[in-house]
Amino acid sequence: MTGAQTRLVAAAAVLCLLIAPFWLNPFSVTLLNYIGIYALAAIGLALLTGVGGIISFGQAAFVGIAAYSTAWVSAANGYSPWLGLALAIVMTCAIAGILGFVTLRLQGHFLSLSTVAWGLAIYFLFGNIDGLGNYNGISNIPPIAIGSLLLTESWQIYLLIWGIVVAVLILCYNLLDSRVGRAMRALRGGNTLVESLGISAFRIKLLTFVLAAFLGALSGWLYAHLSRFISPGPFDAGMGIEYLMMAMVGGAGSVLGGVVGAAIVTLLKNSVQDYLPLIARGASGQLEIVAFSALFILFLQRARQGIVPFLAGFLPEPKLAVPQPAAALPRRAQPAPGKLLLKVDAVERRFGGLVAVNNVSFEVRAGEILGLIGPNGAGKSTIFNLLTGALRVNGGEIAFAGRPITHDPQCHIARAGVARTFQHVKLRPRMSLLDNVLLGTYARTRSGLLAGALRLDRAEEASARYAALCELQRVGLGEKPFELAGNLPLGNQRLLEIARALAADPALLVLDEPAAGLRRQEKLRLAELLRALRKDNLTILLVEHDMEFVMTLVDRIVVLDFGSKLCEGEPAAIRGDARVQEAYLGGVA
Amino acid sequence: MTPDIAAILAIDGIASGAVYALVAIGTVLIFTVTRVIFIPFGDIAAFTALTLAALDAKQLPGTAALVAVLACLACAMESVALVRAGAARALPRAILCYLALPLIVVGIVWAAVKFDPPLPVRLVLTLMLITPIAPLLDRIVFRPIADGSVLLLLTVSVALHFALVGLGLMFFGPEGVRTEPLTSLSTEIGGITVSGQTVLILLAALLFSVLLFLFFDFTLIGKALRATAINRTGARLMGIRPARAGTIAYLLGSLMAGVSGILIAPVNTIFYDSGFLIGLKAFVGVIVGGMTSYPGAALGALGVGILESFASFESSTLKDVIVFSLLIPILLWLSFGAPHSDEEIEE
Amino acid sequence: MLALQNVSVAYGKVEAVRNVSLRVEQGQIVTVIGPNGAGKTTLLLAAMGLLRASGHMSFAGIDLSALDVEGRVERGLCLVPEKRELFSDMSVADNLLLGAYSRRDRADARHDLDGVYRRFPRLKERARQAAGTLSGGERQMLALGRALMAKPKLLVLDEPSLGLAPLIVREIFRTIASLRELGVSVLLVEQNARAALETADYGYVLETGEIVQSGPADALIHDPKLIAAYLGGH
Repeated sequence: MTGAQTRLVAAAAVLCLLIAPFWLNPFSVTLLNYIGIYALAAIGLALLTGVGGIISFGQAAFVGIAAYSTAWVSAANGYSPWLGLALAIVMTCAIAGILGFVTLRLQGHFLSLSTVAWGLAIYFLFGNIDGLGNYNGISNIPPIAIGSLLLTESWQIYLLIWGIVVAVLILCYNLLDSRVGRAMRALRGGNTLVESLGISAFRIKLLTFVLAAFLGALSGWLYAHLSRFISPGPFDAGMGIEYLMMAMVGGAGSVLGGVVGAAIVTLLKNSVQDYLPLIARGASGQLEIVAFSALFILFLQRARQGIVPFLAGFLPEPKLAVPQPAAALPRRAQPAPGKLLLKVDAVERRFGGLVAVNNVSFEVRAGEILGLIGPNGAGKSTIFNLLTGALRVNGGEIAFAGRPITHDPQCHIARAGVARTFQHVKLRPRMSLLDNVLLGTYARTRSGLLAGALRLDRAEEASARYAALCELQRVGLGEKPFELAGNLPLGNQRLLEIARALAADPALLVLDEPAAGLRRQEKLRLAELLRALRKDNLTILLVEHDMEFVMTLVDRIVVLDFGSKLCEGEPAAIRGDARVQEAYLGGVA
Repeated sequence: MTPDIAAILAIDGIASGAVYALVAIGTVLIFTVTRVIFIPFGDIAAFTALTLAALDAKQLPGTAALVAVLACLACAMESVALVRAGAARALPRAILCYLALPLIVVGIVWAAVKFDPPLPVRLVLTLMLITPIAPLLDRIVFRPIADGSVLLLLTVSVALHFALVGLGLMFFGPEGVRTEPLTSLSTEIGGITVSGQTVLILLAALLFSVLLFLFFDFTLIGKALRATAINRTGARLMGIRPARAGTIAYLLGSLMAGVSGILIAPVNTIFYDSGFLIGLKAFVGVIVGGMTSYPGAALGALGVGILESFASFESSTLKDVIVFSLLIPILLWLSFGAPHSDEEIEE
Repeated sequence: MLALQNVSVAYGKVEAVRNVSLRVEQGQIVTVIGPNGAGKTTLLLAAMGLLRASGHMSFAGIDLSALDVEGRVERGLCLVPEKRELFSDMSVADNLLLGAYSRRDRADARHDLDGVYRRFPRLKERARQAAGTLSGGERQMLALGRALMAKPKLLVLDEPSLGLAPLIVREIFRTIASLRELGVSVLLVEQNARAALETADYGYVLETGEIVQSGPADALIHDPKLIAAYLGGH
């Protein structure tokens, strides 16, 4: 399916949406209205939970804050609902900003628990603040007015709701395909991956969090002016779970899934209400929530991925346009060959009782390939984590390009010009090769969230995409840039990681066991690539086990054993060194 | 606030805190062995109270039907799983554990109701009836996803809670219950009257804490349970089956939830949905203990009870808001101490 | 005792182990050596049942496909994994006692505990300490001792010399050799080819998932191809 065909299908869908209220019965239109409103909140949650990987139980609270804001403005104080919208957005985003700032540094389940906490706290507030009608709620909320037209009819507000939904869908799709959107999609790869690309994970999480709250605010505003009455009830923990269900059923990480999930869950609720009395007379009211929860549990057990990704598997592959040559992105000035680039000085790292790195010192000069070798458990990967900032040193100093980086966070070190690959490949398997490499260009580009959503970043995107394509071609993967990274064999995945590192235009390339698990042919290709990179004046520091690979490739070798430096020198000298032989082949038993 | 009032509030707070502490310890137990944050703990406690009240009123508790249904479901699931894995020889044992035993318990209770047993027997029957619930729920809901992330298990746990609330309404009806205090004695401590019920609660919390401590530190099975939580692969390599460890943890947890329910039934009016708030407040205690420490969870829960007591004196409407809002700084404080795990989120 | 026939293990699309066949006879010490990333650990995990594998595996005449991990441990097939997988928050003594969990005759466990302490006096000194505070060598001794507590029929060792000083490596391999007297068969996977081949009776060489060489250990140890393979220079 080409881009033109996709647009045609989308246009047809929008057309169907437009004429729907005119041939469906009023009840269905009302149902669609609610589906649209829930869809907005679900889309926000799909972004936060599906894309960002942060499971939030508190979306209902944000919807509620917006609903109460606009109700207070328009019903209690008689102002226009549009002013209510402004207040709703401001209140919700401000509160989300504060909550996010405070809680987003939490890890994993602590973060989700915190969403339960503030979700509940806010819900209880609704029922307890005088002026908000307590548990009786606020009624007589005026309808939205566009000019002199009051949106009182179902079909009128239907057009507004679904107009907003379609606009949000388009903006979100644009966003996810842009610089900030890719950073959001990288969040699930873990903090280490994200920070190693020069992206501040916390900032992106906060952005996603507030964006989700913003969409919840839109939902709340529309809800208040559609049902014209609000009470704390629809914003409780149960509703928070329902939103989560909608996002997950539709498909984690799929914006369209938010709409699909909202539709499925709402329709399901309705049919459960209709059919349950037939199965169990008398007990239907309570069985509803039981059946509902049971279905959700079954779904989580069997089909966590969701509907939209499942269906998308049946659709033909979209044919995407290969990036064309464009203006080059700014490049870093490489240091003069031979100049001291990285200085590791008496570095130490302990893990409990274990001394993993013991007083290790070495230097890397610009333009050379330095190999770090040693038997398993010698501390090589630990040293890598130390000098890229993924781990803190317990002693010693590290300096890069003359500046000390010993206590710098990963993000800063990456931006200073150190790009790395990982021992266990860290890629985004569901993103295309091109998108994975584009992640590397994050620090070289600047478009923000709005620019991405509104497609104002086309020029920069074109440059970045072309630069990414060039790096893919450089490592030999340029043929199928839209292949999913997860489908590649391990050897090519390692090459992809190197392409991503190259896309960051680094001064120092740090490779952690790049040849591990590769077949002989793949190792030869890799060695060729690294030699070509050295010719391009790139400095490379690599850790490897494969002696043959290392000996024929590097300029100098540093040998580690039990966390200490054993010796260093040129390959020939190292190979002949008796201590090294013993360390590798093993001592006489 | 005079010292007298403060003392009364404190004692009230300690009493409810002690109940929360039991729930908190049970939650930590289940989490450390199975990585499941078992939110329905509170619901089981509430069900226990409702069960005891039904027995007091000489009626068959709705729990009996609940256990029967769960047993049939769990047995069916286990049988299908065994047959699929080609291990049909294990079927008789599975049917015994998942179907026969629970049904026997239900039968005993059904028969006993006719004889109007005395209070101690009613207590035992209540506990017998409530204990199978958590292990059965584990088999039906959590076992199929036992390897899932903590977040997935948490989400399922929350969904399960809602299912239980619905089932609670179905099997127990909407009325609240309050049972007779287990003892009408009372003592005086420092000039303030302390009810025997309160003393009982404190003793029970203390007793369970000590028993659990002994169990985990001195018996091989207790150590095996701890080991499963510390290193699942290592435990498997020692021949410790995580599923069995989980069942034992859920059994113990159920029992503790039952005891909590019995203790809290005379103090508060319990409805079919009271479990949520009980569980959640105990949960604050669990989080204070960093999810893994028993003394920490117990102390945290006690703290919550006392805090709630004083907060409700100041402003009874906002007390819940205060308690839950406090969770956030606690979470933050804990997160700084916890080791930094860079979990890659499953796709 | 242990027989693997045409065993293959795949991680998604990548085949880490391909068509491997090997045998460990009763009372034998068999070693599988090879460079890093060859698939040695993968092979062992598959033999224990922690990874799914195709092919046929049998232990003491029993078809392993019918047994789960715990079942294999109960039958006497025990693994000391590469990562040791100790219970780091629990004491050394507790770790050792848990090793005996799978045995029917738990009462004898205390008696065997003394035996382990005699073999590794350093563990006795640290009996009350948390396992996580031990040094690398002590951890390996603890892992070995814990496995011995299970009274295994066949002990599988994944890189026992990993990260250990030469002196301790010597000790460990002496201990492994002495297992023959206990009647325990051993399958030993190692990067330290020399020590492994000097201790074992029979050896297999694994490279990128396939067996490329096999034979009696003293024949392999003098094979010039092997020495070259480890230090490059083809």
